[in-house]
Amino acid sequence: MVQAISRIWRSIKQRYNLEGVHCEVCKESFFPKRTICPNCRRKGKLVDAKMPHTGKIYSYSLVYSAPAGFEYEVPYFVAIIELDNKVKIFSQVVDSEVDKVKIGAKVKAVFRRVQAGKEEDVIAYGYKFTVV
Amino acid sequence: MKGKKVFVIGAGMSSFGEHWSSSLRELIVDAAVKAIADSKIEGKDLQAIYGGCMASGQLTGQEHIGALIADYLGINPLPSTRLEAACASGSVALRNGIMAIASGFYDVVAVGGVEKMTEVSTELASTALGGAGDEEWELFNGATFPALYALMARRHMLEYGTTEEQMAMVAVKNHANGAKNPFAQYQKEITLKQVMESAYVASPLKLFDCSPLSDGAAAVILASEEFAKKICEKPVEFIASSQASDTIALANRKSFTSLKATQVASKEAFTQSGLKAKDIDVAEVHDCFTIAELMAMEDIGFCEKGKSGKFIEAGETKIGGSIPVNTSGGLKACGHPVGATGVKQVVELTWQLRGDANGRQVKGAEIGLTHNVGGSGATSVIHILKKAF
Repeated sequence: MVQAISRIWRSIKQRYNLEGVHCEVCKESFFPKRTICPNCRRKGKLVDAKMPHTGKIYSYSLVYSAPAGFEYEVPYFVAIIELDNKVKIFSQVVDSEVDKVKIGAKVKAVFRRVQAGKEEDVIAYGYKFTVV
Repeated sequence: MKGKKVFVIGAGMSSFGEHWSSSLRELIVDAAVKAIADSKIEGKDLQAIYGGCMASGQLTGQEHIGALIADYLGINPLPSTRLEAACASGSVALRNGIMAIASGFYDVVAVGGVEKMTEVSTELASTALGGAGDEEWELFNGATFPALYALMARRHMLEYGTTEEQMAMVAVKNHANGAKNPFAQYQKEITLKQVMESAYVASPLKLFDCSPLSDGAAAVILASEEFAKKICEKPVEFIASSQASDTIALANRKSFTSLKATQVASKEAFTQSGLKAKDIDVAEVHDCFTIAELMAMEDIGFCEKGKSGKFIEAGETKIGGSIPVNTSGGLKACGHPVGATGVKQVVELTWQLRGDANGRQVKGAEIGLTHNVGGSGATSVIHILKKAF
């Protein structure tokens, strides 16, 4: 789906810097950002917090049938990454040897173009992960 | 279940498949007219309509499905409302119909579900369905629904030793059932070899592990006890209706090998009905992907956690097994017009409990359970039905 500029702009910190939130009451971190802590609700105190840029693959899949906007990337790896602080995040895994993409593999975040529509559409950037 | 008793007094569905010659409105009218005729009421007897539909806006451009249904059934001006909970839209519409009768607000209502999915490209359908998950943080990053369930399958394989062959067995069983269902999209048996040799869609899930894109509609007529007694010879009673929610994104779940929402909704349904999993004679569960049926066996409690692979291998869920599952063919073989699926499950069980399921009848079935999931498990709905004649 082509992204509105305002939509890309308001998620820049999250998508460029892996900025999520940390609850100072229950000490749990969350990504993406939430405005209410699901554990403490109104008693919680959420502050912006950068997530670690390293972690390991928790689960993965090689995608052959893509949604609109990803047709030209197939096949591509997607994975659930467990970051070093235990927060899990969905991401593509790129620039990695096929047989190195497996559960437990160590990965790091990289900055990449995520979606580009037609020639004059806005290009959306964000995180992907690569096996280290 | 709290409130007044609620009965199914009529059921009907369109065939599921690629209906190039039928529009969205024609499909739901077909199903609704069949349900109304089956119930022996007149359309004008209805007091309200609840319709489940997930993504008609993206798939056909049409919203405002509630009004569309009432209009094309020729029963304006009665109240008609659309409900949406991704692939669980049909079951959520059902719950609202059930609650309307149970509360005493209405005596007779229609519940329908419909989806028209085959008139857009596979990529656009994939995008529309992707909205059932987390659009901003999954779909944006290249997720597809097969991929999300593939991520669960990979963990189930790692943690419990579940194999691709065991997942494939679900497809083989459901196609064997679908072959006996004249309303199914694929009335054709398949072999384990065919499933195993089909192309990967999102590894480890292959094409034959996935439910198809489908057009179709299903409808039931619900009534209070007083109304049902007057008109219906073979009523089927709802004895539980439960729904639970979970995180919209898969990544935020504690476990990837079970759906918490299904576990919670199942527990609640068994409390409402005073029954246990072993009391169920026949079940329709949400097999959008083969791994989903395996996880459902564990989450509902038909088998122990981690044992669903062995359970399908032992043939327990075949017709004739200890708990026949997806006699309709399931989402895999009967088809999955998403908004219609939850209602279709109840149509199938109504036929089973009445003894009208012909070649796929479960002998002596008196209690049935439906399980309908929205997204990757962010909504789960359980209904339990009982033969009441």
